[in-house]
Amino acid sequence: MTGRINDFAFKIATVNGTGSASANTLLMEAIFRMGIPVSGKNLFPSNIQGLPTWYEIRVNQDGYAGRPAAVDLVVAMNPATYAQDVAGVRAGGYLLYDSSWPQDEALAREGIMVLGAPLGRLCLEAFQGDRERTLLRNIAYAGAVAALVDIDLQVMETALRETFGRKPKLLDANFRALRLGYDYAKQHFRCPLPFRLERMDATSNHILIDGNTAAALGCLYAGATVGAWYPITPATSLMEAFKGLCERYRVDRETGAKRFCIVQAEDELAAAGIVIGASWAGARAFTPTSGPGISLMQEFIGLAYYTEVPSVFFDVQRAGPSTGMPTRTQQADLLSLAYASHGDTKHIVLFPANPEECFTMAVQAFDLADRFQTPVFVASDLDIGMNDWMCPRLQWDDAYRPDRGKVLGKEELAQLGQFYRYLDRDGDSIAPRTIPGADPKGAYFVRGSGHDKFGAYTEDGAAYQEVMDRLARKLAAAAEALPGPEIRSQQGAELGIVSIGGCHAAVLEAVDRLREQGIVLDYMRVRGFPFGRAVGEFLEAHERCFVAEQNRDAQLRNLLAGETGVVRDRMIPVLEYGGLPMTAERVVQAVAARLAEVSV
Amino acid sequence: MSSIPKPPVRHPALPRNALGLTRRDYEGAMSTLCAGCGHDSITAALVQVFFELDLPPHRAIKFSGIGCSSKTTAYFLRQSHGFNAVHGRMPAVATGAAAANRELLAIGISGDGDSLSIGLGHFCHAIRRNVNLLYVLENNGVYGLTKGQFSASADVGSKSKRGELNAQRPIDPVLLALTLGATFVARSFSGDKAQLVPILKAGLRHEGFAFVDVISPCVTFNDHEGSTKSYRFTREHYRDVAPVDFVPIRTEISAPPDGDVGGTMDIAMHDGSVVRFRKVDEQYDPTDREGAYTYLRKRQDQGEVVTGLLYLEKGAPDMHGINGTVATPLSELPYHELCPGNLELQSLLEEFR
Repeated sequence: MTGRINDFAFKIATVNGTGSASANTLLMEAIFRMGIPVSGKNLFPSNIQGLPTWYEIRVNQDGYAGRPAAVDLVVAMNPATYAQDVAGVRAGGYLLYDSSWPQDEALAREGIMVLGAPLGRLCLEAFQGDRERTLLRNIAYAGAVAALVDIDLQVMETALRETFGRKPKLLDANFRALRLGYDYAKQHFRCPLPFRLERMDATSNHILIDGNTAAALGCLYAGATVGAWYPITPATSLMEAFKGLCERYRVDRETGAKRFCIVQAEDELAAAGIVIGASWAGARAFTPTSGPGISLMQEFIGLAYYTEVPSVFFDVQRAGPSTGMPTRTQQADLLSLAYASHGDTKHIVLFPANPEECFTMAVQAFDLADRFQTPVFVASDLDIGMNDWMCPRLQWDDAYRPDRGKVLGKEELAQLGQFYRYLDRDGDSIAPRTIPGADPKGAYFVRGSGHDKFGAYTEDGAAYQEVMDRLARKLAAAAEALPGPEIRSQQGAELGIVSIGGCHAAVLEAVDRLREQGIVLDYMRVRGFPFGRAVGEFLEAHERCFVAEQNRDAQLRNLLAGETGVVRDRMIPVLEYGGLPMTAERVVQAVAARLAEVSV
Repeated sequence: MSSIPKPPVRHPALPRNALGLTRRDYEGAMSTLCAGCGHDSITAALVQVFFELDLPPHRAIKFSGIGCSSKTTAYFLRQSHGFNAVHGRMPAVATGAAAANRELLAIGISGDGDSLSIGLGHFCHAIRRNVNLLYVLENNGVYGLTKGQFSASADVGSKSKRGELNAQRPIDPVLLALTLGATFVARSFSGDKAQLVPILKAGLRHEGFAFVDVISPCVTFNDHEGSTKSYRFTREHYRDVAPVDFVPIRTEISAPPDGDVGGTMDIAMHDGSVVRFRKVDEQYDPTDREGAYTYLRKRQDQGEVVTGLLYLEKGAPDMHGINGTVATPLSELPYHELCPGNLELQSLLEEFR
């Protein structure tokens, strides 16, 4: 029996703070380097040390990267979650546990195979010191997994060498730990298991990267110089990545002078204010945050909208409301981003579905903000932002130049009779701006209070409305300048399915699987708000559309109904809001069940 | 309204400064504050400061929050960019602008509601960051635009216009600034332009956060008998302990800087201009943070309003100094100095495999 090849999932259960992340990354990297498409999801607690944490790795030769529906192998290294871990194995699957201690009753289950390896004891004998033993036990289970599913040990050793190359003692210990687990599994279990790996060549032009790092790269390449933030999970790593990149590429080699300024603000309100001040003064500036931060920034967002200050916000969404579940994913900020702040507002929001789009959309966000002189949000989520994804190698076009929009310099100002900040001179609803300090003629006074098209304070209804109407036209025009929806049509499809951002991987897979069941759907993934015409047209062209999203209240569906005029009842929600990413399984079941209902 | 629209006519005999500009070139829109408002005097002082220091107006950027005081940024320097932000959060906007362009002269105008209540945290953190900003708190102990509620700077026992007595202890912005490590702390009075102007000049030239608390009576809601922020009360309890002269950089300095010369004490600013303390109270040392704090507390308990350039620390790095930012304003860096290019990207991505 050859078994299943390159199509399975395994899950590692450990204790937070014990250093398992590096072992999990090692496993994922090794599979990737064997040329096999792989995705990983870190299911971690909001905790520094002691609570349970899991890491799911899915191997799929077709490149499906959504969360797996079933787990074939669980590596149960945390006795506190044995019961849960045993229950999480699919029927006929395997569980590997640390048999240094007597087998726990919780580990008994009919229909699964339980494998015991005394990794703790082996490490106790082989290594010195509690911390070292704990850390190396992780590498030992990675070794055991390598034996069980045929991960190339040499590939793992190469990866370890890259990590510990300069610390020979550590490297040697890691090699030994890897071998301990590997050899034990080889000697005691029937390796490989009925699911295993075989080298492919499907990852050569790809990288493994998380969305926050990719977004930080986008900020670097877009020329952002000012970053302001308040630490918040799951957005923190975006600014930390940006800082790392700046320290690498933006520090003068001779003088040590920095071509960037990152301000860790007192709160998210200040972070938004700093971005607005810096952008107004002519720099490209941004802030990364998550839902609670967006709530706090509402007032400043309205100011930037009304006073037309370009500003870029990243919302790495997590489960709300309130503090919610900081380490769980959701897409529940859609409505609060689209119309953030009091009064009549509407904002540009971009929805990346993967790290590659986090990179490209970060750059687009700065261009759009400058061009339309308005806040722009990039709404990713915890799953995209913090997990490693396999994605095509990022490319940069060296011909790119920032689109700073309409900015009047000295010469242009000289040709003007008089400069007025909010005067639309050419009918495109965008009024040219000036940068402070450049020229006395360009001076203007920004006020969040009512102003007329000349920038003067007003309480006159008509003068106020004139500006508000232009803002509405400006945002409407922006709709067609945003990344359009990704549409995948199929022959004979009468129904559609719509999704957004982090649902993409699951929906792509679901569409294929539904087709195998005879259910043919056209697929549209929305990539920007306000919606362009193509979005409404897709909805109109299908009698019914499923709308898959990760929130309780079908926010995307509400937005679509409100903004396109398509009747709400023609859109059937497919929702996942428990905090874990959408699965293809969930979409397939929801669609199939609904269609069965309708045809009865 | 305290002023009437003035025609933009220049009298040929108006004095001009080194840039050939008249005082009128540093003015702004007509004030819409009440006649006699202390804030208008501060506005006039700022106009004088810019005129006398020969500063090009367009190299200044003005910030304010919300409230009567915050309106005043429209009333001076019409040739400067100004930003009337949201209530209490002006320090954040000013921080951002200062981060983007370190060459511009940043001025923040705030009030006691703005700085000491809704924006207290932002005020504190701008001090902590030592943002290069002249921060003027126009302090009248009262909410004017909402018609007379006590602010956080109202003294215990001060009487409101409606006759209520304030029972809560005040937040003293000067003591707070000293505690937070502010590098330039002053208190003045809108009714004493002779004292205020040199302090503002020094504050503008201070590299870092220059905090100036200005008692600025509200003639409509807080200038009555029983108020501790009225013109009368302030005049009667005013004690100028550390008056200064400001000697601009181009002036020949007779006394060596940083010395105690015949009762005056000179402190050189980073640009070479000099702050000259004259007749400083014998018991007072404006370079001793602890001493200043204790002195102020003691005098306050005696009901005195202590004014002057109360504390000055030289040489502390401002936000950019702490960050190690390049000298060129970030907003003016050419794109090619910011983007590493595709070759670097490809080499970096080797680490993502």
